[in-house]
Amino acid sequence: MKHIIVFIEAKDSQSLKRTSHEALTAAHSIADGATISAFAVSGSEEALKSAGNYGVQSVVLAQHELLGSYSSTATSEALAQYARSVDADIVIVSGNSTGKEIAPRLSVKLKAGLLPDCIALSGDTTSVSAIRPVYAGKAQITVQSTSGKAIIALRPNVFTAKLTGSDAATISAFSPNLEASHARVQVLSTMKNEGTLDVAEADIIVSGGRGMKGPEHFPLVEQLASTLGAAVGASRAVVDAGWRPHGEQVGQTGKTVSPTLYVACGISGAVQHLAGMSSSKCILAINKDKDAPIFKVADYGIVGDVFEVLPKLDATLKAMLHG
Amino acid sequence: MNILVCISQVPDTTTKIQVSGDGQTIDKTGVKFILNPYDEFAIEEGLKLREQFGGTVTALTVGTETSKEILRTALAMGVDKACITKTDAQLDSYNVAENIAGFAKSISPDLIIFGRQSIDFDSSSMAPMVAEMLNMPSISVVSSWKIEGTGIQAERDIEGGKEILSTSLPCVISAQKGLNDPRYPKLPDIMKAKSKPIEEIAPCHGNNLVALSSMALPSSKRVGMIVGDSDADITSIVTALHEQAKVI
Repeated sequence: MKHIIVFIEAKDSQSLKRTSHEALTAAHSIADGATISAFAVSGSEEALKSAGNYGVQSVVLAQHELLGSYSSTATSEALAQYARSVDADIVIVSGNSTGKEIAPRLSVKLKAGLLPDCIALSGDTTSVSAIRPVYAGKAQITVQSTSGKAIIALRPNVFTAKLTGSDAATISAFSPNLEASHARVQVLSTMKNEGTLDVAEADIIVSGGRGMKGPEHFPLVEQLASTLGAAVGASRAVVDAGWRPHGEQVGQTGKTVSPTLYVACGISGAVQHLAGMSSSKCILAINKDKDAPIFKVADYGIVGDVFEVLPKLDATLKAMLHG
Repeated sequence: MNILVCISQVPDTTTKIQVSGDGQTIDKTGVKFILNPYDEFAIEEGLKLREQFGGTVTALTVGTETSKEILRTALAMGVDKACITKTDAQLDSYNVAENIAGFAKSISPDLIIFGRQSIDFDSSSMAPMVAEMLNMPSISVVSSWKIEGTGIQAERDIEGGKEILSTSLPCVISAQKGLNDPRYPKLPDIMKAKSKPIEEIAPCHGNNLVALSSMALPSSKRVGMIVGDSDADITSIVTALHEQAKVI
């Protein structure tokens, strides 16, 4: 029997992270009759049982004192031991900051081909094929594991999670053999960026570029972002100029994003910026130069001065969204 | 402190990528290759630690003859030693990591530093892979950190915030932009770097675990509704976002 393991993470005491929902749905798309188990190292009963809503009825919770505070080394070792115990063919993780540390270690531990940053999967458990962007999205490659087993990391926000039912999953315990040497990295604490939404997590991003002419004009971008419930992003030029923090930079040397809506304000569309946002589902560009490259990748474009367009756009959106 | 910095050569960020005739690689005609931007932070961090703790900084790349250029850059910045595992073979991440880990075993570094990702294949997998092969702890995307004795406390960027982690030497880290300000090599150092030796390391070629079957440009299906800036234009865009694209 073929076996797929999906690594899941709880968001809070009630639910799983959206990236885990995406991974559970993706596992179904290639299962073709294979057994699917979800694997977690922490999470409340209620959160873990909700995996059932995404069609996975079996959740395995690894329990060990060294898993008490999160450690990428201990987590990957526990997951590898479980994968060996069921002779798993495929392990799917979300390619978020956790998955990016776990997946490469699993690939080495299980000597399984690593398919990172996948945006599409096809085939089934025996012949899975993945598409992933390279050169920051300027090209795409199709890759397969040749080792008989595959570790798949999914780009967050790209796969659509599908609710399949409301049957709660059954949780069973797994006791990995861990030693102190498996937990040499420990997370001491995590800090949320107060008040601001991160571009890597946002459904909508409003980004400003050099066309904003100075940091003092970014409140226009922030205002539109606030109306849309969006995160604020920035081009490399404005980050390099010190107008905005690096955490907001979208592009090849910043963050690669794929929100539902990307609004580019005063961004001309340098290749390195386009690379970071061209996989957005919908793109709106505002720029005074009608020949700006950003319009070539945009679904919707407004040719005009950002200083006039942004307040008008904001008012129109407010009227529509808030009544 | 014995520090190993692993670097790679990538196409410049302004490069327009074209797929070559084999359908598997990029067309290198006219492409300018540079030191991976994140690796500049890795080199700088190695040099700063050497200034603080003493020791040696070794730069390593796995690549072709032309990759030696980035080792010259590393030498001009100030690394003590430059090494290349030279191969024309198409190695997957696993095999690149094996070559790096093999070299690391020969010099037993206290610390191995990577850039957070190479901007060509963007997999961010090299640091954890090499760490796993060497049975070392690793922390990816480090934005600030301090070393006291063999203890390390590091801050790394995660979605919507930061994580504070602890580990100890020897270990592997990958450097995030903002970790430091990479120095610009001075002209005399650039000149001197040209004549410094670059040690060639024999590659090991294991079986790849991953096969690349094709490379293509992404297909773009965009609506392409471009309007002016009148009130009516803006209303039409907002309506289209709501009713046609259904994104707001």
